[in-house]
Amino acid sequence: MSNREAMLEKLADLDAEHAKAVAGGGEKYVDRHHARGKLLPRERIELLVDEGSAFLELSPLAAWGSDFPVGASVVTGIGVIEGVECMITANDPTVKGGASNPWTVKKIFRASQIAEENGLPTVSLVESGGADLPTQKEIFIPGGKLFRDITRSSARKEPTIALVFGNSTAGGAYVPGMSDYTVMVKEQAKVFLGGPPLVKMATGEESDDESLGGAEMHARTSGLADYLAEDELDAIRIGRRIVARLNWRKATAPPARWVEPDEDPDGLLDLIPTDLKEPFDPREVIRRICDGVSETNGVVFDEFKPLYGTSLVTGWGRLHGRPIGILANAQGVLFSEEAQKATQFVQLANQTDTPLLFLHNTTGYMVGKEYEQGGIIKHGAMMINAISNSTVPHLSVIMGASYGAGNYGMNGRAYDPRFLFTWPSAKSAVMGPKQLAGVLEIVARQSAEAKGQEFDAEGFQGVKEIVEAQIEEQSMPYFLSGMLYDDGVIDPRDTRTILAICLSVIENKPIVGTDRFGVFRP
Amino acid sequence: MKRTITRLLVANRAEIASRVFRTCRALGIETVAIHSDADAALPYVREADHAVRLPGSAPSDTYLRIDLVVDAARRSGADAVHPGYGFLSENAEFARAVVDAGLIWVGPAPESIEAMGSKIRAKELMQAAGVPVLEAPASPTEADLPLLVKASAGGGGRGMRVVRRLEDLAGEVAKAEAEALSAFGDGTVFVEPYVERGRHVEVQVVGSVVFGERDCSLQRRHQKVVEEAPAPNLPEEVRTALHEAARKAAEAIDYRGAGTVEFLYDPATERFWFLEMNTRLQVEHPVTELVHGVDLVKLQIASAEADWYMGWTDPPTGHAIEVRLYAEDPAADYQPQSGTLTTFEIPREDGIRVDAGFESGSEVSTHYDAMLAKVIAHAPTREQAARKLASVLSRARIHGLVTNRDLLVSILRDPTFLAGEVSTDFLGGFETGLRPSSTTDSAVAAAIALAERATQARTVQRGIPVAWRNVVPQPQRTVFEEATVEWFGGSAGYAVDGHEVVAASPTEVTLETDGVRTTYSIAVHGAAVDVDSARGHVRLTRVPRFVDPAEQVASGSLLAPMPGTVVSVAVEAGQRVEAGQPVLVLEAMKMQHTVSAPHSGVVSEIDVKPGAQVAAGEVLAVVEPELEEVGE
Repeated sequence: MSNREAMLEKLADLDAEHAKAVAGGGEKYVDRHHARGKLLPRERIELLVDEGSAFLELSPLAAWGSDFPVGASVVTGIGVIEGVECMITANDPTVKGGASNPWTVKKIFRASQIAEENGLPTVSLVESGGADLPTQKEIFIPGGKLFRDITRSSARKEPTIALVFGNSTAGGAYVPGMSDYTVMVKEQAKVFLGGPPLVKMATGEESDDESLGGAEMHARTSGLADYLAEDELDAIRIGRRIVARLNWRKATAPPARWVEPDEDPDGLLDLIPTDLKEPFDPREVIRRICDGVSETNGVVFDEFKPLYGTSLVTGWGRLHGRPIGILANAQGVLFSEEAQKATQFVQLANQTDTPLLFLHNTTGYMVGKEYEQGGIIKHGAMMINAISNSTVPHLSVIMGASYGAGNYGMNGRAYDPRFLFTWPSAKSAVMGPKQLAGVLEIVARQSAEAKGQEFDAEGFQGVKEIVEAQIEEQSMPYFLSGMLYDDGVIDPRDTRTILAICLSVIENKPIVGTDRFGVFRP
Repeated sequence: MKRTITRLLVANRAEIASRVFRTCRALGIETVAIHSDADAALPYVREADHAVRLPGSAPSDTYLRIDLVVDAARRSGADAVHPGYGFLSENAEFARAVVDAGLIWVGPAPESIEAMGSKIRAKELMQAAGVPVLEAPASPTEADLPLLVKASAGGGGRGMRVVRRLEDLAGEVAKAEAEALSAFGDGTVFVEPYVERGRHVEVQVVGSVVFGERDCSLQRRHQKVVEEAPAPNLPEEVRTALHEAARKAAEAIDYRGAGTVEFLYDPATERFWFLEMNTRLQVEHPVTELVHGVDLVKLQIASAEADWYMGWTDPPTGHAIEVRLYAEDPAADYQPQSGTLTTFEIPREDGIRVDAGFESGSEVSTHYDAMLAKVIAHAPTREQAARKLASVLSRARIHGLVTNRDLLVSILRDPTFLAGEVSTDFLGGFETGLRPSSTTDSAVAAAIALAERATQARTVQRGIPVAWRNVVPQPQRTVFEEATVEWFGGSAGYAVDGHEVVAASPTEVTLETDGVRTTYSIAVHGAAVDVDSARGHVRLTRVPRFVDPAEQVASGSLLAPMPGTVVSVAVEAGQRVEAGQPVLVLEAMKMQHTVSAPHSGVVSEIDVKPGAQVAAGEVLAVVEPELEEVGE
């Protein structure tokens, strides 16, 4: 199978996984929802965003591999509303009434982290039956952060807008409650702390939904609703008008001109070997995602230190006219030279307030006597120190392997890149499945020998296979995406577009590099 | 007595004013335009060397005010007045006022105008001169049917009614009288036999020199739509006899200047009858000019300066066809349209003459005739002229208003028309041969152009592919009143079912459909999206994504179809009405329009009274629909 065929197969598979998220609670619940004259979360979003604008959906595969439906019963993403880049979250009421499960909460946390780091206003399209009660222990305590994030966002002057389409009760009532602007849909929105049965139990008072939390009541009596919408479309219309009046100004003006890459991004499909052991030249990737040569861009990629630490490519380019520094693995392994080169390069980017792009294909830092003695740990630590303390925005794309501390050094999830996307060809784990199984075997053999027992190599073969299979599965992109360890698995051909959206989003806040790092041990 | 005109005022507007100015410029005569307030921005006003404003907009306040027009001539220092056609062009009193003011009247003697002004008197005169006329039956019987009721002072088809049942006669006469009184200030009507498949053939004269004939049979509501010269399928002896009759008619009244003698011709019997004589320049004069190589306005001016005209005519060269491009909706009973003519571009090519009164951006007001332009083709043969004219019309870009363009193109390509077998009732049974499939394709092109437009207007994320999604849940939808287009965007470009988008920009989209590439040009004016292509013009109306509920009108509201005056209100609030029952009558653009109930129900609201001025789209009344009982 050619590289292209293999990648296309993976992409078809990815489409199928995305389709699961789009299907929400399934045909029956979707039809029922439509029959009530209500729109699906993505239909609401399509109407909310500007015509012809992009929508970058985040974490679409959240909860993949868990007991909960793919997508985690909420849609999150960045869309453009009246020319303003907004974080949009939308409950999917077709999945258990939009109830929040632990993955829903994690997905929303991630969305609010992105909104905070990039300084975006947030629009919440609310219709949720509250917490998924069987898993309340995983939601209730950490879930409080949802409401804290809304008001902190407001305090940072990043406005929060809640469009309430349906249930938003009990704890959920604090979403509109905490938001700066609240729009409620007539005869649909229901916002109260306690519904009629609970009220009856608590105080004996007879009441109904409408008087406790109807949109009319909140618009005319309680004042919780700032706007009363005639219907869903009207709520979206009002939401757009609110954003239009936010007087939103980005920190950085957008670039004026650039040209598309000199090489067709479609060629990326041919580039990625089916066997990750085969290295590929990341310059081929760079040529397909960075701006081509033009009057304002004399050279596609100005490589830094091309003769030193050649297993890591570093250099400068532009993407949709915006300057970026790129760190890309060329030969998988990171040696001391590569770590030192990376450290310097990250400092240079901070000196010039230039965002950084990390293109992962690493099997980790080199091991072995020579390298340990050469200071691979202190050099690896320097690199991790640099990327940990760097304050320019970081973007990460896991193209292939991302193993071991290499994942850390290349700005893996734990190092909070602004955005992290994964190609379907990627794998990520503490080490490769074969290596991990092999290590386990050696350890087991040593342990048996220490106890003076015979090591049953044949018997251990079964264990090795199970472990290998398990690590293989857990290294796969869907699994990691399901765990919210990335912001989505993407078609390599979309990489340039996605990075361009991210770089534009990043410009909502000033880009300021640092000169303060941890103590380096050179 | 030879006089020289140095500065000429055209007591008219729009197309004909421009037409006269053109000849004046060629002759070195200075020009003076008069204009109402509504016409202040029209091209003819700018074209003139001087312009005089006539305050107000209604014709009765402006172009029909003899005193004001004569005063304008005096104030502007004009020494001659050309009346154009319509308005005061056949008003003897006006001609006298001009002459009395010491100005040269570019037209026939006031006596000639008077002689021909009354159709009844004109008939008597012609009969005496030996010109055949239709005998009006003294007391009509069934055998005389059908009959035609005509206004004596009329013109342009107003006050004209066909009567097919004897019992209708009295009512139709009354209606014609009312219409004539309101339109011409003279309610006199007469009745004559109606020739079913008659043709309208007219002869152009200058003085008593004949400049061939024109066929103007193709009419709608007795108003000419297509005119040509020479008349097709006319036996040579009939032609000669017609010319001779016209010469006699002109001589009978010692005619001076340009005039037209109109005849009704029955091809079945090869007989013709005098209808009337128009003592002015005709709208359709260009076809005569093209085939005879003359400038009739120049001859008019020469006649006026010399007080007589002696000349000769060469035989016609080739064939000329004129169409009248109207701002009207043939599908809605030719309802006149008003508003902004956002784009008005007619290809100017060899063999094509365009006499236009409007340009891109002009306002077409409700006060006057809705003719936008005359487009005339001249070619060696009739077929070639028709083909060329149809082609030019179909390629014209006309946006903002509904016009009769498509109808004209269909007529010019119609086999019956091409065979020269058109009678005055031709349009009665005519179906426009529009290809409906082009609406769908044009809508696709429009949707993509709109997406391109939105993409170029972006302030953030410029350069990101249109409607890009990493997870694709549904197609993008662009909704027009006429069609809904579903499409996908993204890095790989547009994807639309059944079409390949070859090229796209906000103004031009090339689609490949069934292996055929077509380029559409798209113009957006507010909600209106005009799409032109080789497949014709399609006007789409964008349905807004969002409507503020506060701006929505109650269903069942009757909206004014155009600006106008409420003539009468036929119902009262609370009254029950049937679907189609007249609710009120609106007068606009000199025509009465009945606004009927859209459905059965109860009139819950009447918002206007007779005499009220209403704007287009204004709510006139509300009819609440009856709720039908529906069983489970």
